[in-house]
Amino acid sequence: MLITDAVVINQEEIIPGFFRMTMSAGEVAKNARPGQFLHVRCADALDPLLRRPVSIHAVDREKGEVALFYRVAGRGTALLAAREKGDRINILGPLGRGFTRPESSGKVSVAAGGIGIAPLYFLLQELSLINTYANVFLGAATKKQLFFSSEIEALGHSVFPATDDGTAGYHGTVVELFTQNLSDTVYGCGPAGMLKSLCRILEQYKIRGEVSLEERMGCGVGACLSCACKTVSAGENYRYSRVCVEGPVFPAGEVVWA
Amino acid sequence: MTPQNGGIINGAKTKLAVNIGGIAMKNPVATASGTFGFGSEYAPYIDLNLLGALVVKGITLQPRAGNPTPRLVETTAGVLNSIGLQNPGVERFVGELLPGLAGYDLPVIVNIAGDTIQDYGQLAARLDRAPGVAGLEVNISCPNVKKGGMQFGSDPDMAAEVTRVVKAGTGKPVIVKLSPNVTSIVAIAEQVARAGADALSMINTLLGLAIDLKTRRPVLGNGLGGLSGPAVKPVAVRAVWQVYREVKLPIIGMGGIITAADAIEFILAGATAVALGTANFVNPRATMDVLAGIKRYMIENEVQDINELVGAAHR
Ligand SMILES: Cc1cc2nc3c(=O)[nH]c(=O)nc-3n(C[C@H](O)[C@H](O)[C@H](O)COP(=O)(O)OP(=O)(O)OC[C@H]3O[C@@H](n4cnc5c(N)ncnc54)[C@H](O)[C@@H]3O)c2cc1C
Ligand SMILES: Cc1cc2nc3c(=O)[nH]c(=O)nc-3n(C[C@H](O)[C@H](O)[C@H](O)COP(=O)(O)O)c2cc1C
Ligand code: FES
Repeated sequence: MLITDAVVINQEEIIPGFFRMTMSAGEVAKNARPGQFLHVRCADALDPLLRRPVSIHAVDREKGEVALFYRVAGRGTALLAAREKGDRINILGPLGRGFTRPESSGKVSVAAGGIGIAPLYFLLQELSLINTYANVFLGAATKKQLFFSSEIEALGHSVFPATDDGTAGYHGTVVELFTQNLSDTVYGCGPAGMLKSLCRILEQYKIRGEVSLEERMGCGVGACLSCACKTVSAGENYRYSRVCVEGPVFPAGEVVWA
Repeated sequence: MTPQNGGIINGAKTKLAVNIGGIAMKNPVATASGTFGFGSEYAPYIDLNLLGALVVKGITLQPRAGNPTPRLVETTAGVLNSIGLQNPGVERFVGELLPGLAGYDLPVIVNIAGDTIQDYGQLAARLDRAPGVAGLEVNISCPNVKKGGMQFGSDPDMAAEVTRVVKAGTGKPVIVKLSPNVTSIVAIAEQVARAGADALSMINTLLGLAIDLKTRRPVLGNGLGGLSGPAVKPVAVRAVWQVYREVKLPIIGMGGIITAADAIEFILAGATAVALGTANFVNPRATMDVLAGIKRYMIENEVQDINELVGAAHR
């Protein structure tokens, strides 16, 4: 865990409003685990004030590079998108608890909704390093938001696309598509509604799964209790866990959905 | 340069030690309750031993789960929060968290909060027996459940009663933390001083609200929240200034401090020490940067003792 002034190597607008930014940050690249995030200082001034949590999207350990994949959602991410090659960005991390490794036997799946592919891509990079190849269910509103299909296939994984408008792949949700192709372990990230229905399916079929959650953050290091999410473990009523340290990745069965 | 007791640069010696109502601080920079957890969260980023004091998250008698989410939203140069005093309760705090701080060379100040006057008395008595507690900071910005939810901190008589009960329960220094959500912060400060407080801290967050245009509902799960960060600084400096004129108690000033210049402004207004809250979120090393900047200011302006600056704007 450290504070780094990373240098922007490349900033690429994949489709309007969606950016992939590569930074030079050797220590982060060395230590990062899939599912962890960086707490990014988007402005140099005091407004917007807080850092923004962004998942680690890809890592090149040899080059000491880290990539983010983000959607411009407001002022902070807009400032991030305005950063150019050579600019410095202050980052905190890697932070949080990432995905755990799959059990050695059994079929692995990944379910991504839209921008949710961001942390899962790093996971897919790591899985192919241990010769574990996954069924990747990529969901999006429309065809052009099915991100990184060819890169994912190049890593050796199989892509199963689903679009809400039927412009590519399965016409329907990524969770419906997954339900038709169940596996032993699932890693999910995406909008809350998608993760909620994914968790319901996992419970129904007793499938092991992990999901990456989002919540508004202050400190990012466990100190302010802003990023609470309701969780439950065996024999417990419920409690608030901190997405920034106990998460952002949680076992699917522990999340209490609203 | 020895970070412990000021430093020597170009032969100039700076004295940074201050005293807050009996709590000896090696420098005037503390952490604000609720923004720094129980200290250990920030140990990877700074040497906690270099802090003037550590003020921990508000503690209640019973554990509290806290408020529904979202609990935090950013506003212009500020942050609105409604954490809802999520904490493990005083017994687990004393049993599990306090021992972890024993190895550090710094005063640990415990922020306490209650629903009733009796809660405050019991908390004071329980913490009086706990080793490693340098003093108590009394959060009086809580609603009194017995009196229809009115804040203890908004009524001078209730504020004074809480102070008396806490003083009766402990021999340790008692700092009363004032709320800015009152008509006259001076009136509250005067009553609290008369009731025996050893020091004051100010300000707690300003009551605020943000509304989501899409849902047309308050953004925070709890509706209202408390505003902190740079947006509140002038209000906080004003509060310190007004109270310093009328009440002869040491003050820990806070509210929007990000830089050393902000901190020095509070000291000039009358604060003996300062605390950083929201700044830690922006920069986990903010306390250390502020401390270094205060030293630099003192050396550049040939100030030998930080206490010379306290309230200097009034002279
Ligand atoms: C652990 C974690 C990892 C994340 N990873 C990514 C990622 O890889 N790529 C990506 O595009 N986004 C990611 N996000 C979401 C990202 O943090 C928010 O989109 C960002 O903070 C918005 O900031 P802003 O200033 O641009 O927008 P703001 O003006 O602050 O807000 C715009 C909208 O975004 C929503 N929002 C604000 N903060 C958050 C938040 N912390 N989480 C979710 N929604 C929020 C609000 O509902 C608001 O309506 C992640 C969030 C978390 C908690
Ligand atoms: C997330 C958060 C949690 C807080 N929790 C507490 C608390 O438990 N008790 C308390 O007395 N003040 C609490 N405060 C108020 C701060 O201690 C401080 O008074 C206020 O934030 C102003 O300082 P700042 O602008 O430097 O943050 C909290 C503030 C924030 C932002
Ligand atoms: S963001 Fe502060 S505890 Fe998670």
